[in-house]
Amino acid sequence: MATEILSGKVHVNTTINGESTDFLAEPRESLLEVLRETLGLTGAKEGCNDGNCGACNVIMDGRLVNSCCVLAVEASGADVTTIEGIAGPSGLHPLQEKFLEHAALQCGVCTPGFLVSAKAMLDENPDPTEDEVRWWLAGNLCRCTGYDKIVRAVLDAAASMRGEG
Amino acid sequence: MAVETREEAVTIKHHSEDYSVVGTRPVRHDGVDKVTGAARYGADVSQPGQIYGAVTRSPHAHARIRSIDTSKAEALPGVHAVITSDDLADPGDKVTGGGEATAVPLKYKSGNVLARGKALYHGHAIAAVAAVDAHTAGEAAELIEVDYEVLPPVMDVREAMKSDSTLLHDDLHTDFAGEMSEAPSNIAAKFLFEEGDVEAGFAEAAVVVERVFNFATVHQGYIENHNALALWHGDGELTVWCSSQGHFTIRAEVADILDVPISKVKVIPTEIGGGFGGKTTCYLEPLAAALARKAGRPVKMTMARADILKATGPTPGGYVRVKMGADSDGNLTAAEADMGFEAGGFPGSVVAAGCMCVFAPYKLSNVKIEGYDVVVNRPKTHAYRAPGATQAEFASETVVDEICEQLGIDVLDFRTKNSAEEGTWRAGGPAYGRIGHIECVEAARNSEHWQSTLEKPAGTYRGRGVASGFWFNIGFTSSAIARLNPDGTVTLLEGSPDIGGTRSSIAMQFAETLGIGFDDVIPMVVDTDSVGYTDVTGGSRVTFATGYAAHEAANDMRRQMIEGMADVWDVAADSITYENATFTANGESASFKEAAHLLNEDTQQIIGKATVTPEKEGNAFAVHIADVEVDVETGKVTVLRYTAIQDAGVAIYPPYVEGQMQGGAVQGIGWAFNEEYFYDDDGRLRNATLLDYRMPTTLDVPMIETIIVEVPHPGSPFGVRGVGEVPIVPPPAALAIAIYDAVGIRYRDLPMSPHRVYAELAARQNGAGA
Repeated sequence: MATEILSGKVHVNTTINGESTDFLAEPRESLLEVLRETLGLTGAKEGCNDGNCGACNVIMDGRLVNSCCVLAVEASGADVTTIEGIAGPSGLHPLQEKFLEHAALQCGVCTPGFLVSAKAMLDENPDPTEDEVRWWLAGNLCRCTGYDKIVRAVLDAAASMRGEG
Repeated sequence: MAVETREEAVTIKHHSEDYSVVGTRPVRHDGVDKVTGAARYGADVSQPGQIYGAVTRSPHAHARIRSIDTSKAEALPGVHAVITSDDLADPGDKVTGGGEATAVPLKYKSGNVLARGKALYHGHAIAAVAAVDAHTAGEAAELIEVDYEVLPPVMDVREAMKSDSTLLHDDLHTDFAGEMSEAPSNIAAKFLFEEGDVEAGFAEAAVVVERVFNFATVHQGYIENHNALALWHGDGELTVWCSSQGHFTIRAEVADILDVPISKVKVIPTEIGGGFGGKTTCYLEPLAAALARKAGRPVKMTMARADILKATGPTPGGYVRVKMGADSDGNLTAAEADMGFEAGGFPGSVVAAGCMCVFAPYKLSNVKIEGYDVVVNRPKTHAYRAPGATQAEFASETVVDEICEQLGIDVLDFRTKNSAEEGTWRAGGPAYGRIGHIECVEAARNSEHWQSTLEKPAGTYRGRGVASGFWFNIGFTSSAIARLNPDGTVTLLEGSPDIGGTRSSIAMQFAETLGIGFDDVIPMVVDTDSVGYTDVTGGSRVTFATGYAAHEAANDMRRQMIEGMADVWDVAADSITYENATFTANGESASFKEAAHLLNEDTQQIIGKATVTPEKEGNAFAVHIADVEVDVETGKVTVLRYTAIQDAGVAIYPPYVEGQMQGGAVQGIGWAFNEEYFYDDDGRLRNATLLDYRMPTTLDVPMIETIIVEVPHPGSPFGVRGVGEVPIVPPPAALAIAIYDAVGIRYRDLPMSPHRVYAELAARQNGAGA
């Protein structure tokens, strides 16, 4: 019985970027694998597959998570926001605008994870200090930028969202 | 073609602000895709019917492979193909290579992709499988049974160099200027650079300082995992999608390793998530291709992070001994160095570059430098941002600081006095053209950072350090094709993978040449069938050399448009002038966009093209200033303030010039303080995760201040030097010097991690107490 459950596929219903989504997943598959390989949402990246780089970050039920460390079946009934869901119908999110304006990306592969993390932070704390931004983003690795322009972009986006930009 | 003269070249201006597109800060062309998740990196590409590959890797650092039994893996349901090195072409004595990499025997390249006879490092690929999904492939890879005869691992460069050391390759002999040693050795090559008479030079010196430095193996640490997707077509043609720093190099290597004609292989570049020199060679591409051929299905592979750390190009650990002498006026009289670099399991480290860089910032008549390329049971090492220079200049810059201290000379005055300049012969040559080291030193001296006093509250241990850095920035070959669109925009096809904004820096030079706008150029990185040969994105060469090709393609487009407009207007071509993006002749006038429309109506296709191999090196210099605080109870060093100063030639795309300077500085900070490979006594890598191989996070670094110096490079139409690599060079030395200023101890081993820093502090404490 247990073996059957582990080898079979499980039906999962979830909400991804506001849309009700169904998929079949093996119990051993991570949310990241299903997002990328089953659902074609390749914005979340695999950099380490063990929760150390943040490139796969998504927001699940209001919480920032490493999607590589969440089993796909755990997303059952959850509300998931990926990088593909950050921009609104009227255009880019201010964080996305500010990342472009500040040149806060080089190769860009860590960028989706940083944007999702920064959005999760601003959802909680709209007026972060530089130290708070650095604490919050310490779970995201970037090897290109040295973080300077990323931190500036996030602070500027926060100011702009508060109407101070 | 080798570019010697610049026909129709624009006049090099001294500052980026003198141009209308060059030097501006528009949003990069690929920006929106990269902030919305739409950009396609290698692992994001899929093909209908694809299956997934996985690799069996050696658990041993050094072992003879007696036999490989693949039967259990083949029997696993869902498995479609299993390969070993027998499925690759016999490499024989063929030679392959290109780009930044030296040409190497194919047996080493192929043997690194799949072990042949021997496993040479922990994680060395032994076999590969393809199965219906990645999990099944992973299970099958574990079912492959390998009978190993375990051999003693050779992990340390100095041990490996001993004549009685265990040999990695029985047929490897030391190559010294083409002469091969009689006895086999782990020393693959010896390099010697000698100018003048060092003994006489040291005899003139008032101060001679000789020190030995050691440094750990470190990884480039790109965030994107290696990947490959291979598809065979019915007519025997192969298409490979992958992210690499040079798809033409991957094409050549795949063709060689599989023994397929190069014309049958098309490599489609995807976006690349960092490389820093580590993606200039193939790992998975030939495996995916061989598996796909055997399975008759497209095969997709990605490499797990642990395998990236175990089996892809770290950059060499090793040692450098430096001896430098100066007279009582502070003039350098002689310099000597020898260095041994880990090549990894196969020959070919970056030690020769280290030799040529070690004293490169200085004017020296008497120099002797020896380098040793040494095989050890570690992954085959590769370039990492200014490859070899960081290790070598960490040593020489620290010794320079000690000489200044002994002579009581200001460190910046010493650099101004001894700096290399136009005409200075660099060890190994050539003589420099116009370079900007002195200008960087002056910018450092005038910087707010240097002029400010470092506050040292009671009970804190704070210090300031400064160090210079040099990297070559060689041109190599680049191509560009420019297609005029009916709406007056230009599609610019290029072969340089864009690793950090170079689509835009190249397009800006194209736009500037024709006087059109940034948004009028649509740059695209295209596959090996669609543009002329282009070397790897490396060597800080893309904005310089591919930008040069774009400039020449723009000139070609202008010539063709003038000829085309002569037909349209029925006038002589030489009566047409082109100024301010407007064609004019005999009272006729058409803007660039109007001309594009008219030429299209006239069914004329305008396709400008160029291939260039610029001959003059870009020669980048940097000076960095670091303030640190040492926690004497834990040995942890915190960077308080950091300024990077660099001669960019002309900064084409300033926000991304700053970005390169900041990113390079932070990689250098990681190299200085945290990063190292830990092997156990059996040669197994013990820190193959990003938790334990600890790269800097947002919390480990301050903002990185940048000062761009512009001394135009005479060998580039827009004065470009290239900016990517040199900013990683000064940090370890600047930080070691700052720590010395803080606590009075010279650290000569990298990384200067808390336990090493603390050990010396404790030893001094105990020594003082004894």
